[in-house]
Amino acid sequence: MNVLACVKRVPNTGAKIVLTDDNQRIDASNLGFTMSPHEECAIEEAIQQVEAHGGSAHVLTLGPEDATEQLRTGLAMQADEATLLETDGAEWGPRATADAIANAVRDLADDGTEFDLLLFGTESADAANYQVGVRVARKLGRPCVTGIKSLDVEDGTAIAGREVSGGEEIYEVDLPAVVTVKEGINEPRYASMRAKMQARKQELDHLEPAGAAGGGTFEKVRLEAPETDDSAAEVLGDGPDAVPEIVEVLESEVEVL
Amino acid sequence: MSDDEFPERAETVIIGAGIVGNSLAYHLAKQGREDILLMDKGPLPDPGGSTGHASNFLMPVDHSKEMTHLTQRSIEQYDDMDTFTNSGGIEVARTDERMAELERRVQSAKAWGEPGELLSVEEIEEMVPYVNTDIIKGGFYSPGAGTCDPLRAGEVMRARADDAIDGGLTVSPNTEVLDMHVENGEIRAVETDRGTVEAGEVVIAAGLWSPKIAEMAGVEIPLTPAVHQMVSVGPISFFEDYEGEISFPVVRDMDTQMYERQHGNDLEVGSYQHRPILWDVDDVPSIEESPLSPTQPPLTDDAFEQSMEDALEIVPELLDDPQAGVRHEIDGLLSVTPDGMPLLGPLQDVDGLWSCAAVWIKEAPAIGEAVAQWMTRGWSEIDLHGSDVNRFYQYGTSEEFVKNRAHEGFQKIYGIVHPSEQWQSSRPLRTSPFYNRQDDLGARFFEAAGWERPQWFESNEDLVRKYNAELDGLLRGNEWDSRWWSPIILGEHLHMREHVGMIGDMGFGKFDFVGSDVVDYLETMAVGRVDVDVGKTVYTPILAENGGFVSDLTMARLGPDHYRVITGGAAAGADRAWFGSHIPDDADVTMIDRTESLCTLGVWGPDAREVVQSVTEEDMSHEAFPPYSAQEITVGEVDAWAMRLSYVGELGWEIYAPMGQGQRLWDTIAEAGEAYDIRPVGMGVYGTTGRMEKGYRLHGHELELEYTPAEAGLTFHGVKDADFIGKEAYAEAIEEENAATLCTLSVDDHASESGERRFMLGNEPILDESGEVIVDDHGRESYVTSAGTGPSVGKHLLMAYLPPEYAQEGQHLQVEYMGDQYPVTVEVAGSRPLFDPENERIRS
Repeated sequence: MNVLACVKRVPNTGAKIVLTDDNQRIDASNLGFTMSPHEECAIEEAIQQVEAHGGSAHVLTLGPEDATEQLRTGLAMQADEATLLETDGAEWGPRATADAIANAVRDLADDGTEFDLLLFGTESADAANYQVGVRVARKLGRPCVTGIKSLDVEDGTAIAGREVSGGEEIYEVDLPAVVTVKEGINEPRYASMRAKMQARKQELDHLEPAGAAGGGTFEKVRLEAPETDDSAAEVLGDGPDAVPEIVEVLESEVEVL
Repeated sequence: MSDDEFPERAETVIIGAGIVGNSLAYHLAKQGREDILLMDKGPLPDPGGSTGHASNFLMPVDHSKEMTHLTQRSIEQYDDMDTFTNSGGIEVARTDERMAELERRVQSAKAWGEPGELLSVEEIEEMVPYVNTDIIKGGFYSPGAGTCDPLRAGEVMRARADDAIDGGLTVSPNTEVLDMHVENGEIRAVETDRGTVEAGEVVIAAGLWSPKIAEMAGVEIPLTPAVHQMVSVGPISFFEDYEGEISFPVVRDMDTQMYERQHGNDLEVGSYQHRPILWDVDDVPSIEESPLSPTQPPLTDDAFEQSMEDALEIVPELLDDPQAGVRHEIDGLLSVTPDGMPLLGPLQDVDGLWSCAAVWIKEAPAIGEAVAQWMTRGWSEIDLHGSDVNRFYQYGTSEEFVKNRAHEGFQKIYGIVHPSEQWQSSRPLRTSPFYNRQDDLGARFFEAAGWERPQWFESNEDLVRKYNAELDGLLRGNEWDSRWWSPIILGEHLHMREHVGMIGDMGFGKFDFVGSDVVDYLETMAVGRVDVDVGKTVYTPILAENGGFVSDLTMARLGPDHYRVITGGAAAGADRAWFGSHIPDDADVTMIDRTESLCTLGVWGPDAREVVQSVTEEDMSHEAFPPYSAQEITVGEVDAWAMRLSYVGELGWEIYAPMGQGQRLWDTIAEAGEAYDIRPVGMGVYGTTGRMEKGYRLHGHELELEYTPAEAGLTFHGVKDADFIGKEAYAEAIEEENAATLCTLSVDDHASESGERRFMLGNEPILDESGEVIVDDHGRESYVTSAGTGPSVGKHLLMAYLPPEYAQEGQHLQVEYMGDQYPVTVEVAGSRPLFDPENERIRS
């Protein structure tokens, strides 16, 4: 079984977001880049499925040359191959991205690699459009389940579980299929040092993506960073002695008493 | 200890609450400061500086005595706070060259009083079973090494500080310094985003942000942030059977400039081998902008590639654990200085402002203690001259210089660094007016305090042949011994002793003091009597209150209210700070720095008088210009000033002229000397061979805070009536029996066990008959303070402090060098010159 995990290079968002002067991008010079946690799980899932069923695990992204960093992370996690749909760094909307990925999946099939399972994160960590996986499925005419937190494959069928309030929905879809996964489906591994080293040396496929940047029905005007609350935490007191202070705060500041 | 009230005033403000600031707070409180404000722009306990991401191991043995003693003392303190784990540490060697270096490590361990021994491959395997022994040749074991918890230690020290002064410590985290208020050259207040605090004294202990804080006060702390790459790999199943943080010695894989150390179930792998990655401090992000911390930016992957290969080679079993992955990876930012040593002490252009920066975890508690001692009583128990922030004063504080040297020095961190190894970058920086002439003569320039000084001249190569017979047995065959050395030095020496040589510029610090109170002021500074006749010179120790050496230098009286102080180049910045800080506020004393305006040319040797007289307007006869006096003279066209004295023990003068006329002075003397075959002579003679034969002491080698004039044999001034700094301790030391006396020794037999002739270079331990390192009653090891060949006495000479039972002329001892022991004999106990003991040449 061949599995493809698709990921997106995004700025690490673990700290205050600083925007570029034109408010068009995040200044990631202090943040560094990563991929969304859901997508890390997609790669892990691809690898685990291949470990269970044989075949090979691929990782793919659409992005600039720098996005090879995320592909190498996938390879270091033990994915077998990686493909970069190389752009000039301009932003591709979800529709254009989905078209390019679908085309690439077809091209790879023409070259002999048919994917039984396409895995996506349920949404990207930066734009959170929730669209690319669904659009790729539609484009390729494959069934799609989204927001999945458990996945088993048996006899050409994927059994996918989605958490809902008060229970779980279980879907059965015939392969080939598209599944978008959520964080929690598995525990992504830390790459070993040797695997990281080997991943740095591994050849990557560079393909030219079909289509062009943009391609959405929305136009980005500018980004705005949310206000952050940088007030310091205050210790009101220790043990029972703190009660009067706490009551005072709840009454006059929080106004819940 | 309160953290909510920001005070309007504090006796002492410490900027930075990493391990250094906390240690300072504790030790200052213990030393008697009662009202201390400790602030940091970050939160506690980890404000986000280098303390928060260090690998926290302490390997005490360093080739620097100062650094070894600071680390030893720090281990004691961490241990006392229950924040130290004694794991031991092993430096492994992959090459024969490194094995020789590890023998030198054993030598340094012995000299500085720290256990240390060589290990065979089998012994390493037993202690650290996961090391790949196929690729190593042996190792150096430091049983005293271990790991610490600096954040916990910081908490303990804050609590202890507060206890010591009964709540007198205010801690203010999340407080950013906005400006430093300086008035009339004095620190007045620190302005922060929580308010402005008036301060009696301020210490900058802000790690890699220190230069920014210093800049706000108009001064410079020369350091740069640099990346030290570090990753953590785990969980490693091998470690699961062991409890606690660390059960195996820290491993330093020296030849790859890396370390591997257990941390619980993880292995921390750190590297100094990657290309130097220096940061501009303005690019270091704020706490809010940093995913981990400001000093933990993301790992630069491509720089770490070779490090991964090397780590996988040395500890493959651990790193190939199928469960283990790289859980944490950073470009850890730390502070790097132009010479790798910390930046401590008073920032002399702003009274009351101190630097305590570029300090690593392993030495921080001891440095906090030593700087606190320095601040509160003027001297520290451990001599800090190698870390004095003023050593770069006036030349080495530019960003360009700091970056160039940090870039070069980063690659030396685990390197094999020869004691005489020269820096290559930012040169030439400070040149005397003789530089071009010397360059034409094939000078091999060595650098001191930025000055380019010829060590020897290739143009004198003929002298090696000429003195072939005298040099028999003194030439060095071993590559290490002869690295950064030339037999030409010995030839120049003998030529000078037989004819005449010209030496310069020595890079001296030159300070004029003028004013009606200058005599009183200088009397308080010097051991020697200063109130001498105009035209006289005084060579004198300069002491701290403990009676230890701050410096030794020459003072010349130029007029009733005018003196000139001449001091060694390396000590010039520190001496300038010492003298400047001791001028009383109400005294009529002005210090004028002549360092960059006067050059110095020494003319010495039996023919020196003939040479100088032939071009000088004045009478240079013995009667007209007696020894140890100074006069204005005119040499050719050049109006100059000269002192008749000599650090090489010869007749002659140090001639001081305006820099702008220096080349003319050089040419005039060189031309006049042609008839006498005058030769340019390098600092190899001035600083080593000539000096050693005369038993002259050198600050930073023989003379340190840890030794007294009585021990150094420099009590010829007796105890003068006038008060001076250190007088009480000085007088007491004269009365008491010396715990150790500075001696001159000679090497009896140079043959190593393999039969090769070896020549010690300095810092080797002195052993008794049974091979044990000699230790005096104050716990100080006997070691070689200076080593150098004395061609006129035909011996390789060593200086060392020896306890009374060994400080006997004719006493046989041993010196350990590169793993072998060599017999030596005490030639002189005390300061009597081995060559020309009555100083007839100087007085001729």
